[in-house]
Amino acid sequence: MNEHATKFPRATWQGAVTEKTLRLEGEWTLGSGEIKVEGYEDGDWPKRFVTDGIGHFDSRLPGYLMGCFRAKKKQHEGSLAGLPDKLRELMELALKVPDHHGTEKQKEYSGKLAALGTKMTSVWIASVSLVEFIGETVLSLGRFFTGKAKFRKSDFRTILQECGAEALPIVALITFLIGMILAFVGNAQLANFGAGIYVADLVGIATVREMGVVMTAIILSGRTGASFAAHLGSMNANEEIDALRTFGFHPFDFLVLPRVLALILMMPLLTVYANTIGILGGMLVAWTAGITPALFWTELLSAISPQSYSLGVIKSVFFGATIAIAGCMQGMRSGKSSSAVGQAATRSVVISITAIVVLDSAFAILFTLLDI
Amino acid sequence: MTDTLQPMNKISVHGLTMNFGSFVVMKDLGFDIAEKDIFAIVGESGCGKSTLLRHLIGLIEPAKGSIYYGGESFTAATESERMRFMGRFGVMYQSGALWSSMTLAENIAMPIEEMAGITSREALDLAYYKLALVGLSGFENHYPSQISGGMKKRAGIARAIAMDPEIIFLDEPGAGLDPLSSQRLDELILKLRDTLGSTVVMVTHELASIFAIANNSVFLDVHTRTQGATGNPVWLRDHSENENVRLFYNRGKTGNPSEQHD
Repeated sequence: MNEHATKFPRATWQGAVTEKTLRLEGEWTLGSGEIKVEGYEDGDWPKRFVTDGIGHFDSRLPGYLMGCFRAKKKQHEGSLAGLPDKLRELMELALKVPDHHGTEKQKEYSGKLAALGTKMTSVWIASVSLVEFIGETVLSLGRFFTGKAKFRKSDFRTILQECGAEALPIVALITFLIGMILAFVGNAQLANFGAGIYVADLVGIATVREMGVVMTAIILSGRTGASFAAHLGSMNANEEIDALRTFGFHPFDFLVLPRVLALILMMPLLTVYANTIGILGGMLVAWTAGITPALFWTELLSAISPQSYSLGVIKSVFFGATIAIAGCMQGMRSGKSSSAVGQAATRSVVISITAIVVLDSAFAILFTLLDI
Repeated sequence: MTDTLQPMNKISVHGLTMNFGSFVVMKDLGFDIAEKDIFAIVGESGCGKSTLLRHLIGLIEPAKGSIYYGGESFTAATESERMRFMGRFGVMYQSGALWSSMTLAENIAMPIEEMAGITSREALDLAYYKLALVGLSGFENHYPSQISGGMKKRAGIARAIAMDPEIIFLDEPGAGLDPLSSQRLDELILKLRDTLGSTVVMVTHELASIFAIANNSVFLDVHTRTQGATGNPVWLRDHSENENVRLFYNRGKTGNPSEQHD
């Protein structure tokens, strides 16, 4: 055997089906190149081993043998006898630990009907748990108003700070730009009819009824809802929620309630702020198109009634509750691993944005029917 | 176990079956824990020790069976009655489970302040005292993320004993600690039992600590999915009829200490 050939790990299977000899040669270490296997058929296990050609070996050799050993068919019933002691001991060490019975996972049914059934049950379970969660929130609010709910005032202040004050810059940026876009689009169309002044009506009504509140809600879904889900999810993973429970704190009152309250409180304020900034953005664009701010303002006041202004603010309360509930629910129900926490955050954003758009459509239909 | 005279049982478990969905974790558990016992829940990894602990403190509902505290049923109790039971517990979780947004002192002061209705000044003093008991003076204003794993465990114990509980539950107090810290922890547990007069229930598989401090135990057998034996661990090590129990307590060395055993 020449020096070069022995460098590669080489496994040669020879002989009749039940009488195979396995010749192992070369350097069986990680990084010594690809294993050259000859004459192996699935399920083979050798009767004899020829091992004097083995140079150094590490776990790669027992790993390879283990793979063959696990795959061997019944008719090749074989033992580890014939292996060098050191190698045999390494194999036996791994085979000695008894397999746990009942831990093998059952293969799941994969038929189309079964998949549909599983999907439907999971939708049903999710709906039930959503209703339960909303119910618990209402009960918790009830305890709050009767003064029985316990949570830390300092936690509440921190949450208010995080979801309110810290969101001001991003809300301002987005709504300012949206106001400008509305004014650009509106002006381009209205100017054709010589009705450029009505850009104030368009920006005003669109902002206070829809854009201000919807944009704020979407920003908070991504900012605050996801952070609620991630925070509560990791508290759950770290058994912090269990710890609250064993101290007799109601985890719902302690964690969910301040978050729901904070968003119900901050969303209307942020919406009023967003409306103002959005209208300023529109005003700026209108000015460049020749409508002075004074003119814009007068037209705006005639367009927006206190009633239509309040519609956006009323919606914001519901959107705030939606975002908080979606975020907290995903967090509280999240699994106990880091990937589950990530999924909880993602799901909370998807759910709350979807819910906001659906709710907003429902409000639009309702307000049309009520003619307001 | 040999029948010695039975003091008033503080905790007794009858016919407890624990499930994960349809998977039976353990069935037919039954044991008694006497007042001031240091009781070890013992068994191989993954056999359901922590699950049993979570049943005992009411975080999981049993599939079957009942748990009694001082003769009163815990499993049949209403939500508000349960709160009363739980007020007598102190629990240390496996990872400490300290509230990550609070400092160590706040972690301990918060439940004291809310539950006992005392001033925050006094609650904080108490928190400092409890932290000193577990050897964490000087770390009062650290956040849980700023201290080591062993310190988190000790802080977790300080929080567990915050309200001077009648029963202290410890989930793997010694796991992952160096031998010296582990030994100090054993001393701490003994001292707490002697000074507070509490019953201690701990999940553990640290044999040294089991033999050093536990006077009663239950062995959960992962192979038969029920309890292998209950009683004094030293006695079980030498005399248990169940081979799995002896194997475990002797670190896998099969002796044949019991004459009548074949």
